[in-house]
Amino acid sequence: MKLLTGNDLATGDVIWWTGSGWSRHVAEAADVGEGGEAILQAEEGARRVNVPYLLDAVPTPEGPRPAHIKDRIRAAGPTVRADLTLTPADPQAGSWVI
Amino acid sequence: MYRYDEYDQAIVDARVDEFRDQVTRRLSGAMTEDQFKPLRLMNGLYLQLHAYMLRIAVPYGTLDSRQMRLLAHIARKYDRGYGHFTTRQNIQFNWIRLSDAPDILAELATAQMHAIQTSGNCIRNISSDQFAGAAADEVADPRPVAELIRQWSTFHPEFSYLPRKFKIAVIAADEDRAAMRLHDIGLKLVRRPNEQGGDLGAEVYVGGGMGRTPMIAPLIKDFVPLGELMGYLEAALRVYNRYGRRDNIYKARIKILLHEIGADAYREQVEAEWVAVRDQGIDPPAAELERIAAMFAGPAFDPAAPDAVDRSDPDFAVWLDQNVRAHKAPGHAIVTISLKPVGGIPGDATADQIDLMADLAQAHSFDELRVTHAQNIVLPHVRKDALYGVWQALRDAGLAEPNLDLIGDIIACPGLDYCSLANARSIPLAQKISRRFAGRERELGELKLKISGCINACGHHHAGHIGILGVDRKGTENYQLLLGGSGAEDVSLGKITGPGFDEDGVVDAIARVTDRYLAERTSGERFLDTYRRLGMAPFKEAIYG
Repeated sequence: MKLLTGNDLATGDVIWWTGSGWSRHVAEAADVGEGGEAILQAEEGARRVNVPYLLDAVPTPEGPRPAHIKDRIRAAGPTVRADLTLTPADPQAGSWVI
Repeated sequence: MYRYDEYDQAIVDARVDEFRDQVTRRLSGAMTEDQFKPLRLMNGLYLQLHAYMLRIAVPYGTLDSRQMRLLAHIARKYDRGYGHFTTRQNIQFNWIRLSDAPDILAELATAQMHAIQTSGNCIRNISSDQFAGAAADEVADPRPVAELIRQWSTFHPEFSYLPRKFKIAVIAADEDRAAMRLHDIGLKLVRRPNEQGGDLGAEVYVGGGMGRTPMIAPLIKDFVPLGELMGYLEAALRVYNRYGRRDNIYKARIKILLHEIGADAYREQVEAEWVAVRDQGIDPPAAELERIAAMFAGPAFDPAAPDAVDRSDPDFAVWLDQNVRAHKAPGHAIVTISLKPVGGIPGDATADQIDLMADLAQAHSFDELRVTHAQNIVLPHVRKDALYGVWQALRDAGLAEPNLDLIGDIIACPGLDYCSLANARSIPLAQKISRRFAGRERELGELKLKISGCINACGHHHAGHIGILGVDRKGTENYQLLLGGSGAEDVSLGKITGPGFDEDGVVDAIARVTDRYLAERTSGERFLDTYRRLGMAPFKEAIYG
């Protein structure tokens, strides 16, 4: 599956395209299939996302899992600061990333 | 310390106003990211893995307590309660909002701070010896020269769009505590003997650097009188600006130019250019350097300060031996505060810890602090009879790890946990190594371990006695091990041992290397000495069998 991600322009937060808007939670990310580039162009043009790009991911029961470790760290937060992940101190966060 | 004059303050204030307008236009959509990116980078604002990151300049690593407290305030108000001190003697905040950036820069300007020259293809923040002005072995305080270079280089119209970034270090002692020869230009202040006792000038080394193509800077000029140094630097930069490659980012640093044309040809070109610029008034009048130098005049050290230190507390005595160095003034000492607790994140400090270090500097170090390229903090001027109290306060705040220059004093870049350029994580590896060798650090002696999460080498892995480079091998983190590097006066570049390892594998490999060192060392030999005596072979055998 293909996901669309980028950063919020004003806050810099990592955000994921949900199919109808943007979320900070990769679990809510939608498969953009072959239509990702058109969404990317439209959303970037409307300044609803900064520095967007498409990436590969694998569907799992918990939601999409980005294929590359860099994107998993973007999704979850620094692996060395569990208190700063989106689900603070989640003991599963590390294994999901690595 | 240097204090801004009206021109410095006006420049910084104007830059804040300009950036506020640029941010407003970006947020409104009047500018695209492609248009905005070079402007935000000129103000130290990067877009990293999780958010915007603001890199704040600490010129030649020197701060006062007011500036340090302001950093703590920024950590609390605009970030997530901590900051990260870097190998360029700067500080980074990892969770900045673009909309807050102009306010942060405005607050920094009130304490004579900024984020200029922390990014872009310009002359970057000048680095120096963290013991400047306190070390007994320096011929002069290098910071007035570093400050003069800062003033010359800030917004220098000819050198604001160089082929690539440009880093200058200034030292003034035989012991190199600033990795001087691994900079684009390294200056070592020396005295040339004469009837008056010695003219001050600089040895000039050009073309060093780490990164993708590590090189040690060769000596290009053995003595440039201090009064002519800025003209010589102007000539040195002009030759680079004229001939440095702009067609290939990987070949754009001055070290590549030196490598391609040779040191002799570069030297000749600089000499010719130097003749051409000599009558252009680039060197300031002697009075200007004297004005700057006067601001770095040392504090009024108490000549009656007692020299003896009570060592009856054994934990204090260990810290005293490891983290405290000789000061040029009797009865005083230089304290290095380790930001490397066992299992901690190298270079990170909480807002409360930053405040505490500011308090200690104000009370016990004539209001001065230094940031080191090894990601520690220095209190440069502490009375010896205050050391025990300083240590107790540091200990209570988790800042008294006695590991300066030991295996636990690890340099590590932010790596893939924060950095968009990284290929592998550096911090978890540093934490594992730190825990693995806790309790054995003193047995191993001086052992500088440095980790980079990518080829750009922000973690100085080429200069580690033991270096680690993180790479991406088909989407998986992999770590190459290097041995034999040094960033000190015995500068050398580490060599790769062989095939790489996963995270646990590289920690085990280091254990085998250090075990072999303990088995082979002779009396008084550091790890680096043993490696240089024996070469790679016995260590490679220990690692790979």
